[in-house]
Amino acid sequence: MMSVSLTNLRAGEKGKVHAIAAGKYATKRLYEIGFNTSAHVTVIKNDAGPVIVSINGNKVALGRGLAHKVMLAKDQ
Amino acid sequence: MKTKRIALVGNPNSGKTTLFNAITGANQHVGNWPGVTVEKKEGSFTYRGATYDVVDLPGIYSLGAFSEDEIVAMDYILTDDADVIIDVIDASNIERNLYLTTQLLEMGKNLVIALNMVDEAEKREMKFDVAAMSRALGVPVVPTVASRDNGTEAVIKEAVKAIERKRVYQNPLTYSDNVSHHHEHMVELLEGKDLPYPPAWAAIKVIEGDSHVISRIEASTDDATVLNGITEFHKFHSSDNFELEIVDSRYAFAHRIAEQTVKRPPVEVVTLTDKIDKILINKYLGIPIFALIMLAVFQLTFAIGQDLLGGYAAALVEGLGVLIERFLIWAHSPEWLVSFMIDGVVNGVGAVVEFVPLITVMYLLLSLLEDSGYMARAAYVWDNLMRAFGMQGKAFISMIIGFGCTVPAIMSTRTMDNKKDRMVTMLITPFMSCGAKLPIYSVFIAAFFSDHGGLVLFSLYAFGIIVGLLMAKLFNKTIFKGETSYFIMELPPYRIPSTKSVMRSMWLNVSDFIKRAGTIIFMVVTIMWLLAVLPGSAEPYSQSSYLGRLGTLLVPIFRHAGFGTWQESVALFAGIPAKEAVVGTLGMLYAGQYMEEGVVLVNAVQQHFTSLTALAYMVMVLLYTPCAATISAVARETKSVRWPVAMALYTFAIGWFVAVLVFQIGSLFGFA
Repeated sequence: MMSVSLTNLRAGEKGKVHAIAAGKYATKRLYEIGFNTSAHVTVIKNDAGPVIVSINGNKVALGRGLAHKVMLAKDQ
Repeated sequence: MKTKRIALVGNPNSGKTTLFNAITGANQHVGNWPGVTVEKKEGSFTYRGATYDVVDLPGIYSLGAFSEDEIVAMDYILTDDADVIIDVIDASNIERNLYLTTQLLEMGKNLVIALNMVDEAEKREMKFDVAAMSRALGVPVVPTVASRDNGTEAVIKEAVKAIERKRVYQNPLTYSDNVSHHHEHMVELLEGKDLPYPPAWAAIKVIEGDSHVISRIEASTDDATVLNGITEFHKFHSSDNFELEIVDSRYAFAHRIAEQTVKRPPVEVVTLTDKIDKILINKYLGIPIFALIMLAVFQLTFAIGQDLLGGYAAALVEGLGVLIERFLIWAHSPEWLVSFMIDGVVNGVGAVVEFVPLITVMYLLLSLLEDSGYMARAAYVWDNLMRAFGMQGKAFISMIIGFGCTVPAIMSTRTMDNKKDRMVTMLITPFMSCGAKLPIYSVFIAAFFSDHGGLVLFSLYAFGIIVGLLMAKLFNKTIFKGETSYFIMELPPYRIPSTKSVMRSMWLNVSDFIKRAGTIIFMVVTIMWLLAVLPGSAEPYSQSSYLGRLGTLLVPIFRHAGFGTWQESVALFAGIPAKEAVVGTLGMLYAGQYMEEGVVLVNAVQQHFTSLTALAYMVMVLLYTPCAATISAVARETKSVRWPVAMALYTFAIGWFVAVLVFQIGSLFGFA
């Protein structure tokens, strides 16, 4: 299993949260908002600006800097 | 007997305030973005002859708080004595919402769950087994659609029952072996120590390393074994990270409940929201569309509020004025009373009241925007650009709120968990032109730019944003250095704004405007009138009146900006208590000066200004010192005297500087 950063996924691609390499607070925030370990994430939009993902159909926008620190196991 | 208390707790944007309004009949502001409610709101209702207090709290994702608004909610949950908590859950986002529920259960709170917005979840083809959910969680679950008052009655009934029943403490969670092992020991240590929390929960919080809870535990006891035990534990496990393990157990629990009780379609339904978002937040179209929406708001505000309805309001005020004057003369009232009523009240306060249709339309349009779900998108499309100025997208929501009123805009910064971001946002919100300034622009636009009202207004607002961003950049380079915080924003589904909530929001703002006209504007205009007719030896409304002398002192300050008459200077001064008073004061002074019936303020303005000085004056009004309510809001939020004073002075300097620039450059190019 290879883990990739959320910013490397294109719109439509899916993955499972594997690890978050951000600071303590940001990590906790991400956990709370649904990026817990093994949460399924679908990338909705990843071009300019924050990355938008869907977790169970609910959309969350993450600034690029932060999105970069979310590591996913990409679904094949 | 003490009145029973019910608290509303839940994730941001799950509909707590909508439910609060439905239960209590209150009129609290709601909107469709996370973070509308930033402070505790209280209300009450009567059910079967008994009265219950209800507390509405800001939304939280968990019991670990980061920002000011979340701390309010968390503190309440940690210290309050609410007899029951109604946990409001967004049904379509059940797992994430159950994460908070899990923590409340873990804490042993007496809960009733309002499974809210089930209609939206059903649109996404989600099905709920409410009975099974209630069994699995061990607390009542009531499906609701608070916006349509569906299920409200049932929630109240369950809450009242729960108050009588009380919940027996039972921890629903199983932790990992590693955590369980430490948990047992920690419970042993804390058991029977008379702590403010159930020992099992206190123990898990200690292991999790929750500093809020630990400091509360430490403050509540002087038992050395407890204090040492906690310190020892953290010293010994300083390199362990139990927190994420515990969070994972909570999510596992929430996930299991959702698996067991919620049926989802095999493939996510593509909603209308997805389709709309394809366009509204498109990489290239996002900001142009935002600009178009704002332009439409101002064009409509002008077209409907001014051109269509403005005339009626003006005629009404004028007619009332004539009526009052005739009555006063018929009643042989003293001359000073006639002068006060006509020049002061009718021409002063009336000049403000005339703009009720205008601001009504603007607040209506802004509340449509707030309810639609677009606010979060605006934050999204602006995040990149905001970053270039050292800010983040979330700040943009505060800025848009500022178009309505600066005071709630300043309060909305409580949702920012980075102190630097919050301070910078507070310092620039006054440049977002508020509703009270609208009457001022309106008079000058009617006098000089009546063909392009909406466009001039749009340009002023846009200019306010630009100045705000530039100042933000400057602050970031000088006094507020450091990292801009990360951007996390939920994008709620678009909703067709409910008539009830739009009308409520509009009415809250309009009634406030009218109330202000009757109170603070009336007071300011009265004081201005007194100063304008005194001393008795001076010609009223002349330069030798007290007001004239004061204005004359101020004249040199504004001469370089092109509006150097004492009336114009003094009106700006009157605008510091409240911005509407600028129009009120000009209306009163010009009416008094010409001493003729039916002097229209617009005509007087045409005689005293040129289009260039009118522009400079509008820019000054846009940027200079915000109203007293704003300054005191900054004092409250920063708990300081320094910041509000600094804000009052620097905005004045910016306003003056830019107004001078406009006038001088304009003159250079031969405009007049």
